[in-house]
Amino acid sequence: MIEASLKDLAAALRAGTLSSVELTTLFLDRIDALNPSLNAFITVDRDGALAAARAADARIAAGTAGALTGIPLAHKDVFCTEGLRTTCASKMLADFVSPYDAHVVSQLKAAGAVMLGKTNMDEYAMGSSNENSHFGPAKNPWDATRVPGGSSGGSAVAVAARLVPMATGTDTGGSVRQPAALTGVTGIKPTYGVVSRYGMIAYASSLDQGGAFGRSAEDCALLLSAMAGFDPRDSTSVEREAEDYSRALGQPLAGLRIGLPKEFFAEGMDDDVRAAIDAALEQYRQLGATTVEVSLPNAKLAIPAYYVIAPAEASSNLSRFDGVRYGHRAAEYGDLADMYGKSRAQGFGAEVKRRILVGTYVLSHGYYDAYYLQAQKLRRLIAEDFAAAFTQCDVIAGPTSPTVAWPIGEKSDDPVQMYLQDIYTIAVNLAGLPGLSLPCGTGAGDLPVGLQLIGNYFDEARLLNVAHGFQQATDWHRRTPALG
Amino acid sequence: MSLSIDEVRHIARLARIELGEGEAQDTLDKLNNIFGLIEQMQAVDTSQVEPMSHPQDVAQRLRDDIVTESDRRDAYQRVAPQVEAGLYLVPKVIE
Repeated sequence: MIEASLKDLAAALRAGTLSSVELTTLFLDRIDALNPSLNAFITVDRDGALAAARAADARIAAGTAGALTGIPLAHKDVFCTEGLRTTCASKMLADFVSPYDAHVVSQLKAAGAVMLGKTNMDEYAMGSSNENSHFGPAKNPWDATRVPGGSSGGSAVAVAARLVPMATGTDTGGSVRQPAALTGVTGIKPTYGVVSRYGMIAYASSLDQGGAFGRSAEDCALLLSAMAGFDPRDSTSVEREAEDYSRALGQPLAGLRIGLPKEFFAEGMDDDVRAAIDAALEQYRQLGATTVEVSLPNAKLAIPAYYVIAPAEASSNLSRFDGVRYGHRAAEYGDLADMYGKSRAQGFGAEVKRRILVGTYVLSHGYYDAYYLQAQKLRRLIAEDFAAAFTQCDVIAGPTSPTVAWPIGEKSDDPVQMYLQDIYTIAVNLAGLPGLSLPCGTGAGDLPVGLQLIGNYFDEARLLNVAHGFQQATDWHRRTPALG
Repeated sequence: MSLSIDEVRHIARLARIELGEGEAQDTLDKLNNIFGLIEQMQAVDTSQVEPMSHPQDVAQRLRDDIVTESDRRDAYQRVAPQVEAGLYLVPKVIE
């Protein structure tokens, strides 16, 4: 049952061979057994989940169920949930209970999905390893001494360890795709503006985008279809008709043109990752796709540009956490400025503070043109590189991460080394394009390697089908970590 | 470029984050490493490039100037550290 696809789970629920209460209990019991060692969840809501499961069973009995009705789900703890605490993995919000649901949360509630709880993450989604969590690091289920990637590490671990069939995440610089790669699951970040940011605690608003984790592209397509859609409460939500992201699944890949950015294959990628990526590309050729070299000459500027834009926007977004309206307030303080300073010093972790300081500096008087404006100009150059590449190919492929999962603690004291882990994912956010990671092989230590597929704007359905075609021909996505 | 420890203290004040004596040096070192990375941006001539803030270059949507929110003051204040009579309490700012 824990290996069943969402489609098969929905069919079993509708056929009455399985109830949502049974399915929900099964996964809740797995969480009870395995979460103490994996730390994938910050909050588990057994009572709420069982109540939602009973409601789903009634809906199934009434014949009004949808594709996800009765199926368990986990939300990254960056999405606000009314009545259940939303921490963003920060001491600042350790006791915060949102007065409203995020758009994504209400969409999935309406679909009848059963939320089991909220998953671990890097604090405020700032990190690539899930080590920057006030609640401790999530562990990679393939090797619990290693990181699962981040920032949506808990969601990736929950799906990889089969603690839940599907989970939401957010991706500002790779935070869905990179943990998906490091834990051996499929994850998609759609085009910027496809998933509403309403109720998603903001990090870098011009880059933040909700995304989906599943065991397969087929499952991700179902989840994304329920998450996406225009929402007037998000000022950058794109006004488009709702889409069925499963619609292209099963189309043959013969004739597909896959672009391989020469910059992604030049250097910096570990040999074991390269071998797995090369084998995956060979698999695509066997499926009838052709590969063509493309160039993204400005991709190397993505990391520096990102570490201006994201901290600048973060310094503004996180100014709301002042100990007045919500969140942590220091126990002792003098005047108002002292209260702000102490509350924020105590409430934020080290990496969050660093990014706020970087952002404050680059936006301070006299530096705007040299930093933020320059970074936004580089952003355009990077987007233009992708536009040129897409004149020669239908999708772009390459590694998601330059390495397999690394040992916990190895990079946590060196921010720049950590930042460089996102070398292949960040440019996609800057351009606002959709990106997906799917498990495509293993590297050193039998650890998962992810293949990244990048699509043109609003080409999610094709991207999912390109991943689905690979998963029909291979079984990397079916590998499961051995757990107690 | 390289920040000085006084600049770090100044930024921290602007950001309203109290920086302990012991933290300033470590923060300075890490920020200087980060700015070392960021400086790579300056090698590119972008004088002819338009900045990009949204991939679709959309304009802000307009809406009718009507009330759309209901009054949920109680719900919002329930999560506040300190409120009284419907007001948020902060240390005295005016003598």
